[in-house]
Amino acid sequence: MGQAELLGVMMATETTTREPEFEVRHHDSFGLRLQHVLHANPVLGPLAVLVVAIIAFSIVNPRFFSAPNLSLVLAQVTVIATLALGQTLIILTAGIDLSVGAIAVFSSILMANFATKAGMPGFLALILGLLCGTAMGAVNGFLVTRIKLPPFIVTLGTLTIFFSLNAVVSNSETVRGSDMPDLMTWTGTTIPIGGFRLTYGSIIMLLLFAYFFYALRSTSWGKHVYATGDDIEAARLAGIRTNRVLFSVYTIAGLLYAIGGWILIGRLASASPNVGVDYNLDSITAVVLGGTSLFGGRGGVLGTLIGALIVGVFRNGLQLGGVEVVWQGFAVGLLVLVAVSLDQWIRKVKT
Amino acid sequence: MRDLAVSRRGRLIAAGCVAVLAFGTAGCGGGDSGSGGGGGGTVVGLITKTDTNPFFVKMKQGAQAAAKQQGVDLQTFAGKQDGDNESQVQAIENLISAGAKGFLITPSDSKAIVPSIDKAKQQGMLVIALDTPTDPPNAVDATFATDNYEAGKLIGQWAKAKFDKEGKTAKIAFLDLNANQVSVDVKRDQGFMDGFGIQFGDPNKIGDENDPRIAGHDVTNGNEDGGRTAMENLLQKDPSINLVYTINEPAAAGAYQALKSAGKDKAVTIVSIDGGCPGVDNVKNGVIGATSMQFPLKMASLGIEALAKFAKDGSKPQATAGKDFMDTGTTLITDTPQTGVDAKDSTWGKQNCWG
Amino acid sequence: MTATATMTPVLQAKGLTKRYGRVTAIESGDLELYPGEILAVIGDNGAGKSSLIKALSGALIPDSGEIFMDGNPVHFRNPMDARTAGIETVYQTLAVSPGLDIADNLFLGREERKPGVLGSVFRMLDRGHMRSEARRHMTELGIGTLQNIGQAVESLSGGQRQAVAVARSAAFGSKVVILDEPTAALGVKEGNRVLQLIRDVRDRGLPVILISHNMPHVFEVADRIHIQRLGRRATVITPQSHSMSEAVAIMTGAAPPPPMVA
Repeated sequence: MGQAELLGVMMATETTTREPEFEVRHHDSFGLRLQHVLHANPVLGPLAVLVVAIIAFSIVNPRFFSAPNLSLVLAQVTVIATLALGQTLIILTAGIDLSVGAIAVFSSILMANFATKAGMPGFLALILGLLCGTAMGAVNGFLVTRIKLPPFIVTLGTLTIFFSLNAVVSNSETVRGSDMPDLMTWTGTTIPIGGFRLTYGSIIMLLLFAYFFYALRSTSWGKHVYATGDDIEAARLAGIRTNRVLFSVYTIAGLLYAIGGWILIGRLASASPNVGVDYNLDSITAVVLGGTSLFGGRGGVLGTLIGALIVGVFRNGLQLGGVEVVWQGFAVGLLVLVAVSLDQWIRKVKT
Repeated sequence: MRDLAVSRRGRLIAAGCVAVLAFGTAGCGGGDSGSGGGGGGTVVGLITKTDTNPFFVKMKQGAQAAAKQQGVDLQTFAGKQDGDNESQVQAIENLISAGAKGFLITPSDSKAIVPSIDKAKQQGMLVIALDTPTDPPNAVDATFATDNYEAGKLIGQWAKAKFDKEGKTAKIAFLDLNANQVSVDVKRDQGFMDGFGIQFGDPNKIGDENDPRIAGHDVTNGNEDGGRTAMENLLQKDPSINLVYTINEPAAAGAYQALKSAGKDKAVTIVSIDGGCPGVDNVKNGVIGATSMQFPLKMASLGIEALAKFAKDGSKPQATAGKDFMDTGTTLITDTPQTGVDAKDSTWGKQNCWG
Repeated sequence: MTATATMTPVLQAKGLTKRYGRVTAIESGDLELYPGEILAVIGDNGAGKSSLIKALSGALIPDSGEIFMDGNPVHFRNPMDARTAGIETVYQTLAVSPGLDIADNLFLGREERKPGVLGSVFRMLDRGHMRSEARRHMTELGIGTLQNIGQAVESLSGGQRQAVAVARSAAFGSKVVILDEPTAALGVKEGNRVLQLIRDVRDRGLPVILISHNMPHVFEVADRIHIQRLGRRATVITPQSHSMSEAVAIMTGAAPPPPMVA
């Protein structure tokens, strides 16, 4: 072995036995250390905001921190959180999806109409509705990967197309839950767990989050999603089938949106074509508040769940605190600006 | 895997197709000529906020039927969503170049549409606002609308009578439209307070009252999802709520789900405004206690009649006495009528509802 | 180590052509790489070096021409095909994912799954094993000065990132390693380190194709020097047969290309 190699091996052995998790250099300013910590764990920022908000709202109105109220907040954010899960996958690849709400609502209308007007059994109607949502996501994926149009433009177009189709199919009519098979509204049923009351919809949502948390971290597909968003050319050159990754992300998101539509039926006890106009912005808000970067490659689903909870907590907490409605929107907008600025600051980390 | 590169021209063509599909489907209402009657050449127009809201769908149907009867050519237009001013501006321009004698419009943006209306009036066209006034209201020749204040007042009076009869003190939740406090939102909210007997502050402002009977206000975006969340949060704030004012029937439906989930659906009364057929169904099955019905069909047909008359002899329609618009009426629909408050039952409601 | 014309080349390109509209990137491009050597490819801007290399690494599909490995014809439809055939490439842009860590980058596109059910059904990655393997590869190449194998690549210095990219190619390359401008953005010390790495790779039995603008570096490590000019091969010389200034002259066209030396 040459001298250089010997030295290299010696230094390597030294470092492997030391193995610190972060490089905590005590002469760094607090700001710099904070930046490093947040860079390594981007979830900490949103988590801190959520915890502080919960504490503050509980002080202002102790009824906030009760099991019934917290269960309520979870139920209120469930649909958006499910949609935001799909949105997270897409944003991780440096894309964006404006057709979120359209796919969710149209899927819910389709499955409701399959079960009522077309007289299908609940199970079949549900499966078909989910397949339709998946197909809509695949349309987005196709346009992004094959026709190579920017995601913003593609989903802007499909947003309008799907909402228009939604109006035609539904004839602008709401389908009542009582006319549908029980399976359609099942997601709204609550069960007591501990002192809390969770809906099946919330449980499905949490399971989905758990699954994708695992998938993004511990499967090659997950690594490829991050790599594609981080630097798509580098990923392609490294041998990753980036088109396949992108297509998979939009299609999976479509399925998630359709599941969100199913959960929505449970919450409203009806399939309404009037809802969902702002779901795209709401889902993007949850993703951004959760620390996922709009430029791709950074962040994750845990942050999104926290982001969705932050919005729900603020809405509920401000109302319980007797704050005028107009400030709710103001607060969320402010939070988004802070979240994005924080993301920019964290990205500046250098060793 | 094949090289997925598509030729540049191919991509441009595909992009063009997507764009055309998107805008074509969206603006489907924009520029489509409605089924006009065998028209003696007189062209009139109807411009609604959207063509998906059942309220405007009914309006369009009423207008088409009236146009056929009057023998005028009706062209219909719509925006892509609530607040889409651009499409309505384009629609007016189209009508001007089509040489229309006049048109009916439900303005998405009461202020921003005024310059286009002025342009139309300069051409000698008759412009009538339906359902929503312009700002200023006299920018149009006439306004045919529901008296939203009256609509709110009716349900307020009904609720007051009911609660007085049952000897209950009310704790009221207000489920409004959104933070923008548009005129229809404010008028209905304040009208309700007037009818119920609550002292309100500035009649142009929601939320500046401090009567102890008010549990709180929240916003719903006028749909079921918003209705449910708003009701849940207000209920958490004040579990003693026993009366709920809602801006419209979808919001009421959402509020009902929240109450049902909390086991309070029997104990709490919901009132609403609109008179859509699903809403009337909800009156029938006890979800909504009472609702004020509007008559979009009447608005549209009266409007078409006025346009036809103007085309014939140049006379313009008059406002209802004492108001600066032509009141197309509002009727209370309930299956539990209270003394002193005129109402019709849900069967009548089903025959006259819209949507 | 010089190669003789009678040995079968590990990698050979014959008559490669690629046009973009009216612009010809390579025309009748030829190249031979023999076992156990470092072949430097030099040429002025626009001479077609990058396109030639991209064709060999599967990042570009030529309009015509053939590529042979150990005498057998091969067709690369994408970078993965080339990798599978044993050709590893380090691109000028490094092709590392800045947000992922060192181990992730080393195994990008070839992640290892856990054995058994966890791997096949749940598709769970064996991160622990990948990390220890990454550490091993880095130290084998003498790159030990990294605090944490789990740190994101973007927090590394230019030379360290280069080292990760080279380590990746050396770890998985079984037939050929191609390096595109590996010392371009580095300082003197780090540049020399990378040159040593390149020699180590060759000494481990992997032939290397090295594209570089840096004449001193080229003359320091190359066994043979392929000069590319105007989309085709002008000639092949060695550091012994010609001087740096003569090489530059041939490259820019100031001097006529001599017949191939080796």
